[in-house]
Amino acid sequence: MDHFPTNWGRPRNDAVDLYNTFPIHQRPSNVPKDAFSAGIQHTQQPIVTGTSVLAIKFKDGVMMAADNLASYGSLARFRNIQRLCPVGEHTVLGAGGDMGDFQYIQAILDELIIDEFAAGDGHTLGPKEVHNYLSELMYARRSKMNPLWNALLVGGFKDGERFLAFVDLLGTTYSASTLATGYGAHIAQPLLRSAVEGREDTLTEDEARKILEESMRVLFYRDARSLDQYQIATITAKGVDISESRKLETAWSFAEGIRGYGAQTQ
Amino acid sequence: MTSIGTGYDLSASTYSPDGRIFQVEYANKAVENSGTAIGLKVKDGVVIAVEKLVHSKLLVPGANRRIQTVDRHIGLATAGLPADGRTIANRARDETANYRDFYRSPPPLQAIVERVGQFVQVYTLYSSVRPFGVSTILGAVDKNGPALYVIEPSGVFFGYHGAAVGKGRQLAKTELEKLKLSELTAREAVIEAARIIYLVHEDAKEKEFELEMSWIGPETNGIHLPVPKDLFDEAESKAKEALTSGLE
Amino acid sequence: MDRIDFQQLKAGEVNLGTSIMAVQFSNGVVIGADSRTTTGSYIANRVTDKLTHVHDRVYCCRSGSAADTQAVADMVHYYCQILSQSTGSPPTVHAAANIFQKICYENKDALSAGIIVAGWDKDVGPSVYNIPLGGGLFRQPWAIGGSGSTYVYGYCDATYQEGWGRGETIEFVKKTLSLAMARDGSSGGVIRMCVITEEGVERLFIPGNELPQFWTGIEVLAPPKEKVVLDPQVAPMVVE
Repeated sequence: MDHFPTNWGRPRNDAVDLYNTFPIHQRPSNVPKDAFSAGIQHTQQPIVTGTSVLAIKFKDGVMMAADNLASYGSLARFRNIQRLCPVGEHTVLGAGGDMGDFQYIQAILDELIIDEFAAGDGHTLGPKEVHNYLSELMYARRSKMNPLWNALLVGGFKDGERFLAFVDLLGTTYSASTLATGYGAHIAQPLLRSAVEGREDTLTEDEARKILEESMRVLFYRDARSLDQYQIATITAKGVDISESRKLETAWSFAEGIRGYGAQTQ
Repeated sequence: MTSIGTGYDLSASTYSPDGRIFQVEYANKAVENSGTAIGLKVKDGVVIAVEKLVHSKLLVPGANRRIQTVDRHIGLATAGLPADGRTIANRARDETANYRDFYRSPPPLQAIVERVGQFVQVYTLYSSVRPFGVSTILGAVDKNGPALYVIEPSGVFFGYHGAAVGKGRQLAKTELEKLKLSELTAREAVIEAARIIYLVHEDAKEKEFELEMSWIGPETNGIHLPVPKDLFDEAESKAKEALTSGLE
Repeated sequence: MDRIDFQQLKAGEVNLGTSIMAVQFSNGVVIGADSRTTTGSYIANRVTDKLTHVHDRVYCCRSGSAADTQAVADMVHYYCQILSQSTGSPPTVHAAANIFQKICYENKDALSAGIIVAGWDKDVGPSVYNIPLGGGLFRQPWAIGGSGSTYVYGYCDATYQEGWGRGETIEFVKKTLSLAMARDGSSGGVIRMCVITEEGVERLFIPGNELPQFWTGIEVLAPPKEKVVLDPQVAPMVVE
């Protein structure tokens, strides 16, 4: 039984989606596979996806940004999704990639935080612990050939110390004073580096917010899976604050006089 | 007890001829010997208080807590064997985790009490196990508001407005009945709870004890937390005051 | 074996992901398009002009491969110039559409081009022709095309009515394209429109930050909040 309704009543071997009814670029195919693939098949691609997450260190802590879109292939399917989530009192997790996997990760972390709370020993998990836990989780899942299809940024502030690190579906980790996932890694990261590196201890909260806003604007201009609505998370000694959704100001008026693609003038 | 040592009290899997399970009744004895634990379900929250008997001056103050946290919004106190109390709390935590995993929402207390009650009951069925020597007071503020339950060694459980288990339960219940629980705030209930624990301890004056109190209410954002130090100190000094004025 | 398929964009090819549209009204046509050009999900150009001049009163809206549709439009532009010189009068919309159709049909294995041709001529007044992927030619009172159009067929069917004037038609195009651009990741940017009548061609421009707004799901859906109090008021046990 083929469980994908979009495959029903269609040619078995079409190389592309000629009918354009399926907004996902790669559709599960009916093509027979090699004998070794007859076993269990796990997640091969993300379905409902979030795009970039950005994060920078600043004077008082860490600031992160992510837009509110969850895409379904090229369809802008859910436009009010929060991709930054608090984890305990000192940490924010930002996610790109599969939103189903992200929700699963949130549930796991919530349970972790409850366990720690129930212990009642006066200790709480900080961003370092959360990041290390996630790196073990992500690596364990990729080793089972069933990855959690995400690129995650973990930002936080605990015991007077800023923390910012990355982990992805393979369990790869790294840390820097500016980080970005997805398209952000290509487009925003250079902007963030030139604005932040060397100034981590002097940037104010307002300046940090401006840097992220400008980067989010460029991403909205250049990433076809992005939205002009986004949120900012600020993690300082005072704890976690995740902003309301805000809308980007954008500029288009310069385009009014553009005509054609070459010699055309009218 | 009428029928002692007739051979029917050696196993939880054997009834006595008059339909009793002595092992369960003995478990209740273990509870009765324990320091008192009380729970108050009031207008806007729940307060739990425990008279923790300290058997040695060598113990670190605050050690061996008898009030434990199950979930953000659920707390529990046990009277009886402290080790059994920890087993019950761990089971309750597993059940809340399971509920959250399945329903992706915070569990209502009743759901957890039903599951823990079943868990306790199973230990009254087999010859290979010993029934739990604890009575457990569970308190929460869930989607239905404040909730308070007691699970006994038999596995039976009831919901209460005010609950008391352990050595001083009779006097504590009498005191609880005098209160207009449904009109008290959680903050007021903390004062009353401390007073009752100090009062019931009068019968075991020779023993050292520590007062343990936790609460769930609007002032804790619906979270199960130890009563903060300033309120705790206020409640404790008022309790001592009430005791001396009551004795005169 | 998978056959080689030219319909599919070649790796790295620039694609007019696109929402395009043309609607005829009493004395003219309104055509419109978004301005996004993508390679994959990278926006190569956010202010593209997809409304292409073919002749004085004939324009086309291009969707599919940017390279293919530009080449085809350039060819048709050339043929129309030849035609108007040799006949002494401007080509009809039908004539221009037929040239498009011929090129698209005869090269269907090599092209990915979905083109809407629209304009005004002396013979029939305003008209709109749709030339989808296989190279067929279809006259329609209104036509939509590109990846974004799949999201707005229902809206168009429910909204379009015969007998509209210029204002209503412009509003229809503007709203339809906004809806398509809001849902389709391959469409976006600004709306460019042309009103083509006997008198001439009028350009209209809606900046990307002034598009009509529709329901977007205002509140952000975060997981339900269970606030944890910051200070558990318990100190770690001191080990002496």
